[in-house]
Amino acid sequence: MSSARRNPLNAAAMHGALILYTLIALFPVFVILINSFKERRAIFREPLALPDGESFSLIGYQTVLKQGDFLLYFQNSMIVTVGSLFFILLFGAMAAYALSEYRFRGSLLMGLYLALGIMIPIRIGTVAILEMMVATGLVNTLWALILVYTAQGLPLAVFILSEFMRQVSDDLKNAGRIDGLSEYTIFFRLVLPLVRPAMATVAVFNMIPIWNDLWFPLILAPSEETKTLTLGSQVFIGQFVTDWNAVLSALSMAILPVLVLYVIFSRQLIRGITSGAVK
Amino acid sequence: MTRIRWHIVVFLAPAVIVYTAVMVFPLFNTLRLALYARAEEGRVFVGLDNFRTLFFDPVWADQFWNALGNNFWFFLVHMLVQNPIGIALAALLSHPRLRFAALYRSAIFIPTILSFVIVGFAWKLILSPIWGIAPSMLDAVGLKALFAPWLGREEYALTTLALISVWQFVGIPMMLIYAALLSIPDEILEAGEVDGITGLAAFWKIKLPLILPSIGIISILTFVGNFNAFDLIYAAQGALAGPDFSTDILGTFMYRTFFGFQLQLGDPHMGSAIAGAMFAIILVGVCLYLFGIQSRMRRYQL
Repeated sequence: MSSARRNPLNAAAMHGALILYTLIALFPVFVILINSFKERRAIFREPLALPDGESFSLIGYQTVLKQGDFLLYFQNSMIVTVGSLFFILLFGAMAAYALSEYRFRGSLLMGLYLALGIMIPIRIGTVAILEMMVATGLVNTLWALILVYTAQGLPLAVFILSEFMRQVSDDLKNAGRIDGLSEYTIFFRLVLPLVRPAMATVAVFNMIPIWNDLWFPLILAPSEETKTLTLGSQVFIGQFVTDWNAVLSALSMAILPVLVLYVIFSRQLIRGITSGAVK
Repeated sequence: MTRIRWHIVVFLAPAVIVYTAVMVFPLFNTLRLALYARAEEGRVFVGLDNFRTLFFDPVWADQFWNALGNNFWFFLVHMLVQNPIGIALAALLSHPRLRFAALYRSAIFIPTILSFVIVGFAWKLILSPIWGIAPSMLDAVGLKALFAPWLGREEYALTTLALISVWQFVGIPMMLIYAALLSIPDEILEAGEVDGITGLAAFWKIKLPLILPSIGIISILTFVGNFNAFDLIYAAQGALAGPDFSTDILGTFMYRTFFGFQLQLGDPHMGSAIAGAMFAIILVGVCLYLFGIQSRMRRYQL
């Protein structure tokens, strides 16, 4: 407990190790970001120097904005992520409520059935998913992605949310029933607001993998109008491999929104993980 | 006679329908498709022929065993590098008197939130001999001779990619172990201290046995994640998983087979067969964990 206080050398060694690893973790991101603001010669001459008056240049960003439709990609990613989260939370909370609140025949089996998907990755079924999306005409629409991500996120959402809903007091719900509220009103008005923290945890857990996924956008929605930011930057960078300014700027533009989201939600995310939600 | 309580049906239906239609049904349908082959018109049932081709036909088997072996190596690097580093970082971070712990924690987690595309390309640029960041940094510490174009050499490429993936995901074991370490009650540690067990000894003798269940969970998460991996290899090396398929894993192999590449036509049935093999491997891993490890692990009541 007090060894760090007793031994300042020990504390210094701990900070040394942590600072070293923090540098390893941040260095690549830092290098990409600073070089995206430099002109081509400066990128190669002094890759580790900060951009200064002489080497500063936005040429890469200009190419990216002219050539790629990043605003559209960004919008697609937003629609897919927000849409999927909405359905995961709504459907997940409803199912979690049914499983935690009511005793009915097969409720245990139903819980197990829904929990199976936590461990089995949805990608295994890709061949048949594509076939189904083609048959229903959903291929190359954002709906295909939203449906897949909703199905993928539901098992863990139901699992986490039902754990939390078991803790909502029965007295409250029964008071609602005595007042003549319907089961739906009790769920939406009384229970949902109380499990908001758990919903935020589920949302943050799902947000990053959905935003960053490359597999399903590549397979289900590769058309120009439906490209997500991840797929769009992958294709763009593949085409501009030799234009270092453009590649570095495209990477930076893909990093920044995620970094901003992370800064906003990191406390929620870390609290979610450390509260033992994934036991 | 039992009355149907309709509100239960209404609450369950959306989740069950979407989950069944988009996840469970396609999963079994994919396994079914693996038993067919393309014919002149439509498809014909061929039983386990596709699997026979996959495991024994020289053209396919070479690629399959190569991808499977690479996948195991990929997993092994994660187990040997990612998880120990994650545990070590968590042990440091959970030290009660450590200042700036939240800052370190947030910074080290940043790579985990980036997409594979960013990570793959960023490392490709940094390791590139053209840009020269890696060689000039090695030069600065007098190790320039060690530099090689790691991603372009058959013998190093897979390990390099595995280490890049470790760099990206070390935040996950770090966070989960950190949470587990925080949940150890102070009384236990203080009791150890009274008996003279402090510092490193306290970690090995008291904390490590208590966090074994979390290490088990991390191992199975790593296993499922690795045998389902695709994005990083595709972003860094393309669908051909070069050089000369040395970084090919089951995910990229399935993608190539299913969609086709260059001159080879896509074959959904062989793609399904590979998906079936992946499913079997993941299922075996999860079952081993659930019945072999988790049920035997001693859980201490805290």
